[in-house]
Amino acid sequence: MKNNTMGVINVSSRDEFLKDLTLHRCMASVPYGCRYRLVDFMLSNMVNSGINNIAIFTLNKYRSLMDHLGSGISWDLNRKKDGLFILPPASHYPSGEYKGLLQILQDHLDYFSRSKQKYVVISESNMVCNLNLTPAIEFHQEKGADITVFYREENGATPGLVHRQKLELNQEKRVKEFEIKPGSLNSNKALLKLFIMNKSCLLDLIDQSIQDQRCSLLWDGIINNLHYLNIYGFPLRGFLAVVNSIDCYYQHSMDLLDPQVWQELFFQPGRIYTKVKDEPPTRYIKKARVTNSLLANGCLVEGQVENSILFRGVKVRRGAYIKDSIIMQKSLIEENAVVDQAVIDKDVRVTQGRQIRGEKDEPVVVAKKMVI
Amino acid sequence: MKTKKDCVAMLLAGGEGRRLGILTKDVAKPAVPFGGKYRIIDFSLSNCSNSGIYTVGVLTQYQPLVLNSHIGIGSPWDLDRNEGGVTILPPFVRQQGGKWYKGTANAIYQNLSFIENYDPDYVLVISGDHIYKMNYGRMIEYHQKTHSDVSIAVLEVPWEEASNFGIMQTNEEGRVVEFQEKPDEPQSNLASMGVYVFNWQILQKYLHLDENNPDSSNDFGKDVIPLMLRENLQVNAYPFKGYWKDVGTVDSFWEANMDFLSDNPPLNLYDRRWQIYTVNPNQPPHYISHRALVYDSMINEGCLVFGEVRHSILSPGVLVEEGAVIKESIIMSNVKIGKGARVEKAIIGEETWVGEGCRISSAEEGGSPSQIILAQENTVIPNYSVIKETWENISKVKGGQTAPPVK
Repeated sequence: MKNNTMGVINVSSRDEFLKDLTLHRCMASVPYGCRYRLVDFMLSNMVNSGINNIAIFTLNKYRSLMDHLGSGISWDLNRKKDGLFILPPASHYPSGEYKGLLQILQDHLDYFSRSKQKYVVISESNMVCNLNLTPAIEFHQEKGADITVFYREENGATPGLVHRQKLELNQEKRVKEFEIKPGSLNSNKALLKLFIMNKSCLLDLIDQSIQDQRCSLLWDGIINNLHYLNIYGFPLRGFLAVVNSIDCYYQHSMDLLDPQVWQELFFQPGRIYTKVKDEPPTRYIKKARVTNSLLANGCLVEGQVENSILFRGVKVRRGAYIKDSIIMQKSLIEENAVVDQAVIDKDVRVTQGRQIRGEKDEPVVVAKKMVI
Repeated sequence: MKTKKDCVAMLLAGGEGRRLGILTKDVAKPAVPFGGKYRIIDFSLSNCSNSGIYTVGVLTQYQPLVLNSHIGIGSPWDLDRNEGGVTILPPFVRQQGGKWYKGTANAIYQNLSFIENYDPDYVLVISGDHIYKMNYGRMIEYHQKTHSDVSIAVLEVPWEEASNFGIMQTNEEGRVVEFQEKPDEPQSNLASMGVYVFNWQILQKYLHLDENNPDSSNDFGKDVIPLMLRENLQVNAYPFKGYWKDVGTVDSFWEANMDFLSDNPPLNLYDRRWQIYTVNPNQPPHYISHRALVYDSMINEGCLVFGEVRHSILSPGVLVEEGAVIKESIIMSNVKIGKGARVEKAIIGEETWVGEGCRISSAEEGGSPSQIILAQENTVIPNYSVIKETWENISKVKGGQTAPPVK
């Protein structure tokens, strides 16, 4: 299935909201859901929608991302023609010099001119959803749009979308108005940073941005051009998590403990792919007591685990108690330690008898490789 | 001309494994699922890779479809190489007609040209039927050090079991003086593990001799090794210490799986220095519900557990509904166990659906199970079926309702 569309995943956005989780990695490679990284979701969505030419634009802290993506083989993107491209900026941007995505896209104009596809899907790396993009691409084509923006109809605030611009559509689904000042628009449609564009339109926007020195795709490219371009809106339904704070990361991780969300996010409409690891099955010894939890392979459970998420290769020793927490890859919770309402990053060791407790709705975050 | 290799491994994977019953109905024994996410052959292939042997010929014959697709180009074992790597070697047709592999030795004989390509010093012959971790590199060093023509890996087995194996009698220096295949009265308890190192020139010569002997059954254990002993070659026993299991029967297959659940598993799957590799299924994390009870078990990704799992192994993608109880069982990929079903000391084949309220156990009321029950892959076991013996045919089940059991 060829749908004449290429994909762009933007990893250049600000990531300091995730504090310790993005100390040594970019947003795209933040671990999520026991065995995935945030980027896996949009990357798999694109692949499952028949997009086989995907570029990932990074700005900094991309070592772990490159390690994760490798040749793209896990997503079937190790192709002779097209495939996966990881494109760091052509030059180093000192702080303050980086002005927006259009600036980095401009660094790699050749990539766009070499690609044969007519349409481009542009996404952020922090959207967790399982989505078939094909209906939206068809919608974009039927409407003869320059740009199609995705939106989310919200009933009640969802973490992650609270501060997003709202938008209003006319009957033809064309965008009538974008919210510019917060609260100025009474609409339940929140704008997502997921767009479908004609490649020629994108190239024009890049060109314009060099002349004007204004490089934000969303503001300078889309919102300010509302009256010059055909911009349409398309709804995104089903489970969606936009991860942009620790709180929201924590809450949306805990959402996965609902088997229905599990089923929907991991299987419908497509599979979510990630870098595979050779982990043996998870072992539960006689004294293990696990309830309402998600576990990846390679764990060893000797203690008690409740309402928690355990990544690959986590060890929970005898008498240890883990509750309402997220424990990342290869962390070790020793005998009689207690972890409650915490997000524990990779390779952390919580030594015997130690207690880590967060507040309700304010989980403690323990950075990578710490010994407690 | 390909680059010379020090050692080429020839992995015998054509066996039917008839004693495994319906487990090998559609797959060769080396491809039978094992230990939750592996297949039996993964252990030998991982040993090759971990030992630094990256040129491996896999000899297939019986039901090779699953085996072929499992091995693919060998990437899970790092055997996708520009030179060497893994090559699947099925029997083939020549100008003078083709032949099936008549025996283990004949299988290698028919593929001598494959080995010639690499002009190795040594040929390692192994089998894809055994569960063990072994550094073949050490065995080759031993082979060099003892200036052997042939080395045979041996393991001390309990005397009472010795008559089930090929038994070696050795002198003080470890040189093999006699080889008996499954002797009634064993003179020794050193069993052959089916792991051989040959000097390439010697192997070539003796495979030709064996092939030209019309009375030979063309088997390494029965014909070639005895011939080499008669000709007074330097045949040495390489003593191996560690876990090794031939999973030839349903009982030993079940036991070897259960060995992973013992307090100190004799074969450590969690050792990162000697990992067992396999084709990794892409499955989400497994979920254990509020009311589930899981202990003393191994669970894989993609499972949803709402019931009780005790002393059992769940392969990827298994669904255990509420109220179901699984005891001392091996559940293969994508099996569904319906509400309130009880499964005890059973092996349930891939993709099978066990209906609500089924009882699968050889135990009488209140007793303990007398035998292991096998349920075939890809079948639907109707709701409320009672199964007390190995189940091959849906029409044999009585008292069940044929409603689709599980969603």
